[in-house]
Amino acid sequence: MTISYQLKRVDFIFKNENDWEDVLSKSISRTPQELINELISSELKGRGGAGFPTGLKWKLSSEEGDDTKYVICNADEGEPGTFKDREILSRVPFKVLTSMAVCGHVIGAKEGYIYLRGEYFFLQPELNKAISEFEYYCKEINLDFKIRIFMGSGAYICGEETALFESMEGKRGEPRNKPPYPSSYGYMGKPTVINNVETLAHTFTIFKYGAKRFYDLGVQYSRGSKLFSVSGDTPKPGIYELELGMSLADFVDEFGDGDTKAVQVGGASGFLVPRKRFNETAIGFQGKLTGISLPTGGSMMLFNSSRSMFNVLDNYLEFFREESCGQCTPCRVGCQQLLSGIKAVKRGEKNAQYLDKLMRLAETMQYTAKCGLGQSVANSFSSIVENFREEMIY
Amino acid sequence: MNPVSDLIKNLADQHGRSRHNLLPILQGVVEQEKYLSEFSMTEIARELDLPAAEVYGTATFYSFLEHKKMGRYIIRICKTITCSMKGKNQVLLAIEDMLKINVGETTPDGTFSLLQTNCLGFCHKAPAMLINNEVFTDLTPEKVRDILSTYMKKKGASYDN
Amino acid sequence: MTKKIKISINGVFVEIEPGTTILDAALQAGVIIPTLCYHKDLCVAGNCRVCVIEIAGQKRLAVACATPCEEGMEILTNSLKVRNSRKHIIELLLSEHNADCTRCYKNGNCELQNLASEFKIMTQDFIQLAPLRKYTIDMFSPSIVKDDSKCIRCQRCVRTCVELQGVNALTVAHKGDHMKITTFFEKAMNDVVCTNCGQCINHCPTGALVEKNYIEEVWDAIADKTKHVIVQTAPAVRVGLGEELGFEPGARVTGKMVAALKRLGFDAVMDTDFTADLTIMEEGTELLTRLKKVLVDHDPEVKLPMATSCSPGWIKYIEHMFPNYLDHLSTCKSPQQMFGALAKTYYAKARNLDPEKIVSVSIMPCTAKKFEAARPEMHDSGYRDVDYVLTTRELAIMIKQAGIDFMKLEDMHYDRLMGESTGAGVIFGATGGVMEAALRTAYELVTGREVPFENLNIAPVRGMEGVKEASIKIENPLKEWAFLEGVELKCAVAHGLVNAGKVMEAIRSGKASYHFIEFMACPGGCLGGGGQPIPTSPEIRRKRAEAIYAEDAGMPIRKSHQNPEIIKIYKDFLDHPNSEKSHHLLHTHYTSRERF
Repeated sequence: MTISYQLKRVDFIFKNENDWEDVLSKSISRTPQELINELISSELKGRGGAGFPTGLKWKLSSEEGDDTKYVICNADEGEPGTFKDREILSRVPFKVLTSMAVCGHVIGAKEGYIYLRGEYFFLQPELNKAISEFEYYCKEINLDFKIRIFMGSGAYICGEETALFESMEGKRGEPRNKPPYPSSYGYMGKPTVINNVETLAHTFTIFKYGAKRFYDLGVQYSRGSKLFSVSGDTPKPGIYELELGMSLADFVDEFGDGDTKAVQVGGASGFLVPRKRFNETAIGFQGKLTGISLPTGGSMMLFNSSRSMFNVLDNYLEFFREESCGQCTPCRVGCQQLLSGIKAVKRGEKNAQYLDKLMRLAETMQYTAKCGLGQSVANSFSSIVENFREEMIY
Repeated sequence: MNPVSDLIKNLADQHGRSRHNLLPILQGVVEQEKYLSEFSMTEIARELDLPAAEVYGTATFYSFLEHKKMGRYIIRICKTITCSMKGKNQVLLAIEDMLKINVGETTPDGTFSLLQTNCLGFCHKAPAMLINNEVFTDLTPEKVRDILSTYMKKKGASYDN
Repeated sequence: MTKKIKISINGVFVEIEPGTTILDAALQAGVIIPTLCYHKDLCVAGNCRVCVIEIAGQKRLAVACATPCEEGMEILTNSLKVRNSRKHIIELLLSEHNADCTRCYKNGNCELQNLASEFKIMTQDFIQLAPLRKYTIDMFSPSIVKDDSKCIRCQRCVRTCVELQGVNALTVAHKGDHMKITTFFEKAMNDVVCTNCGQCINHCPTGALVEKNYIEEVWDAIADKTKHVIVQTAPAVRVGLGEELGFEPGARVTGKMVAALKRLGFDAVMDTDFTADLTIMEEGTELLTRLKKVLVDHDPEVKLPMATSCSPGWIKYIEHMFPNYLDHLSTCKSPQQMFGALAKTYYAKARNLDPEKIVSVSIMPCTAKKFEAARPEMHDSGYRDVDYVLTTRELAIMIKQAGIDFMKLEDMHYDRLMGESTGAGVIFGATGGVMEAALRTAYELVTGREVPFENLNIAPVRGMEGVKEASIKIENPLKEWAFLEGVELKCAVAHGLVNAGKVMEAIRSGKASYHFIEFMACPGGCLGGGGQPIPTSPEIRRKRAEAIYAEDAGMPIRKSHQNPEIIKIYKDFLDHPNSEKSHHLLHTHYTSRERF
C-alpha cells in the first residue's frame, strides 16, 4: 500500500506566544467540561511517544474526587534523537505554562511541576524567570496556580511517568506496577495529569484557535501536527513541525542525503525502517487507514549506506542496558543478553541461529517487562535484526 | 563546622526535610562539591532523618549524582548514536590525549574528570558534550582542544584567588 | 457485602471478591502460579515477572501478583505464550545467577533451583553473565554471609529489612546492569546498621544470603575426646525443627530433639528454657526494684519503662537507632548468655569439670545470637561463655548428616541441673511470652496471688498484632510491696523491629507511659526468628505459636519461680535474684552505636 499524504510543513508551535495572557484568561472563564470537550474533539494524542488521548487523560483526572491534584509537564526528554522539548521550553515557555494552568483549572489542581532533565540544567534560569512572570499574572487574575521546576539527574527511565513520580518523591526512578494509573494515583499518590511538553504546546493552540484548526491537520487517527527532531545522515538536521500522516518516502525525499539506507523512527525505543519499506510506511498513530503506521515522540534518525547497522544496534542496546532501572528481570537481564548475544554472533562465538533465539527473547521482553522501556527494546532489536541480518553475522 | 555540613543544612532549610526534598538536596551538594562523599551522604541522611542506605541507593540511581571524587570540571561526552556516528571517538581521543587521562579518570591536579554519558539531546549538532552544566556542540578534535585550553586558563585564574 | 465478580481461569469460571489479585484468585480456583519475588510477609513488588499470565484480548502479559481481577477477565496461566515467556525469565535469572548448585549452602532449598527443575531448564542457551562480573562475598559478619553472585535481585531482602524490620541496612543501588542489592557505600554487613536478625536470610529465595554456619566446628568439638560439649536449646527451636525433618508446621518435637542431640554426641543436653526462667527471676526483680526506685525514691537515674533484653537483634537495633535509651534496657543478659556464663561456672563446678575443657553450644532460632555470643563482654565465666551458636536449620543439617531417622526417635528428657523448665520458659519463644512469664511471677511475688487470668493465660499479650498493650492493677499487695497498692502496671509488647521502632518513637515523643515493654526483633517473636526453617509465613508463625502455647499448657509447672532447679541454683550458687554473683554473671551493659 502506498501512502499519498504529502509532507506539509506547519507553523503553530513556535508561532508567537505574546497573547498567552489572553488565552489563559479566556480559557479559565470556560467550564472544565467545555475545555475537555474541546480537547476530545481535537483528537490530540500525547506527543511523548505513547499517544494516549489527551482529552481523556484530563477527563479521567477531573473525575477524581480528591482535594489535592497535580499537573506535571514531562520535560525529561531523553529518547535518543529527540530534542524538541528543549526548544519549546526555551522559545515558547508561556504556551506550556498556560496549558498547565488551564489543566489545573480543568482537573482542580493548584500545583504544577515541570520535570526537567538534568542535562537541560542550563534552561533553568530563563524558565524560572518565565514562571515568575506567569505566576504574577495568575495572581492578577486571581488564579491560584503555582509552577515549580523539578530537576532530574541523569536517568532516561524517569521519562516513564510513574518512574518520574517516584523520582519526584525522592526515590529511585523505578516504574510502578499499573494499575493504578496516574489519573487516580500519581505524584504523592494523588490524581495527576502528566503531559509531554509538546502536548501542552498543542493544547495551547487548541485553546487559542479551537479544536477544528488542529483537527483539520493530519489524517484520521493522527490529527494535527507534530515536531520532528531530525538527525543522523541528513544535510539539514534540526526541528521541523510537520503534519502527521506523511509517508516516510516523502520524509526521506525532503531530509535524506540521497543515500538513505534506513530511518530509525521514534528513537532507540522505536523502529528501524529499511529503504524498501519507505513507501509503505506512514508516520502517525496506528489506524486502519494509515497502513503501516509508526507512532513517534518525533525522533527521526537517518542512516546512509556507509553505516553499519550492527554498530547502530550495539549502541542502542548499550544505552538500554545502562538506562534500564534494573528492577524487572526481562529488562535488566534481557538487555544484557541481547547485547552480549549480538556481539557473540558477530565474533562467531555463537552461530547465526542464535539470533532467532534472541528474537524470541526480545518478544518475551515485549510481553513481560514492567514498563515501556523494557517492552520497547524489541522494537529496534527486531526491526534491525530482521532487516539487516547479514550485517549481524560474522 | 564542616562547610559541607553547613551547605547541607542550608539546602535542607531551603528545600525542606521530607523525603521528596531529597533529590534537590543531593543536587545542591553535587553542584558545589561535584560529588557525594560518604560524609555528605551521611550528613544528608541525618538532616532528613532518612536511612543512610536509602540515600546511597537513591543517589547511585542517577548518573549525574557522582559518588566518587570528581574534578572541578566534569566533562561528559555524549556516546549515543548520532554523536558516535559524527566522530565522538575522535573527540574523546583528543581530550584523553590532551588531559592525559582515560574515561572515568580525573586529572591529578583535580581539575578535570572525563566521563561518557547517554544522549544529551543535541543530536542535530553532534557530537556534543557538557562541561559541568555548559553545553558544547558540533565538536571536532580542534574545537575541543580550544575549549579545554580556555578552561585551563580559567583554572589558572582561579588559582590566583 | 460487596458484590462478587466473575472471572475465568483456564476456562473455569470462579466468583471472587473484587480487588482480589489474579494470584489469589487462581489459588482459590486451585491453580498454582509460580512466583519468586512474591512473599506473603511483604508488599507486592512485581519485579521478577515469573508469575506472568495471559489475559484474553491483551497482547502483553500481566503479572498475577500485582494485577487485580476485573469482571469478565479470561485468564490463561498455562498458554504457550505464558510458558515460553516464563521459561525465558527463568533462563534469564539463571544466566545472572552463579548456579554452582552442588557447592551451594542452599542446595535443595532454593526457590530458583526448584523453578529450574520444575520447568526443566536443561540447556544453557543464554550467555552466562555471572562469571563475567566481579562479585564480592561478604563474610565479615559473625551471623550472615552475603554472596552477590547468587543474588537474583528480587529485593525480598530489601523489603524485609525495610518493611518488616525498619532497619534499612540493605538497599537497592545503581541501575541497569549494575543494579545490585547492597549496603551504605557497599560496606560489609558487619560495618553498617545491620542487626543480624537474619530475616533477610529467611526471606531470600536463593543462597545469596545465608547464615554463617559453624557445623564443622561443632562436629570437631564433638569428636574431640578431651572436650566436654554441652548444648542448650532455645524455646522456639522445638516448634520449628520438625519442619526441616518431615513434620508439618506446628509440630512439637522437644523429646525427639533431645534424643537426636544425644545421638549426635553432645555430652550434656540442657534447656535454654531453664535460663529463661532464671531471666524472669532476675528481670522481674529488676523491674520491681526499678519501680520502687522511681515511685518511692524518685531516683532520676533509674529509667522507666524498662525494656526486655532477651533479643540480640533488638539490642543491636536500639544501640544503633536509640542509643540515648540504653539505660531503659534491663541489664539482664539473654537466656542464651546466662546459660553460657553458668555452663562454665555453676555447671562446671557441680560436675567437677575444667571450664576450659567445656565447649558450650547453643541451638537457636536466631542468627543474631551468633553475634551476641561473639560480643567481647560475653566472657564473664572467664572464658567465652557460648562458643558456637547453631540455628535450627544447622541442627537439622547435622541430624541429617548423622543419618538419624528423626521420625522414629523415642522422646528423651533433658539432663539435670539446667534442663528443668516451666511453661513460662517455653513461651519465651512467642511474642508476648516474656511479658506473660514475667507477669505470672511478678504479680504473685507482689501480691501472693496468681495473676487474675484464666488458667494463667494472659490473652491480651498473645497473638500476632504488631504492638499489644496490657495493664494489671495491683491491689492488696504483700507488706513489703505496699507502695504498689493501686498502681496500674502498664505493659506493651512489640515484635518485628518496625513495630519496636514505633513504640520507641512513642516513648521518645512522650506519648507512651508504659512501665515494662517486651521487644522481640523478629515477627512473631523467636518462633519467627531468622534462624528458623524456611519458608516462614504468617500462617506458619501462627502454627508455631499454637504449638508453643500447647507446650506451655501441658507443663506441670508454669511459673518460673516454682522451677525446682531455679530454687536450687539460688540456694546453692546465686543466693538471691540480683545478688552480687548474679550481677557478675547474668547481667551486662550495652554499647552506643552510630545510626548513620
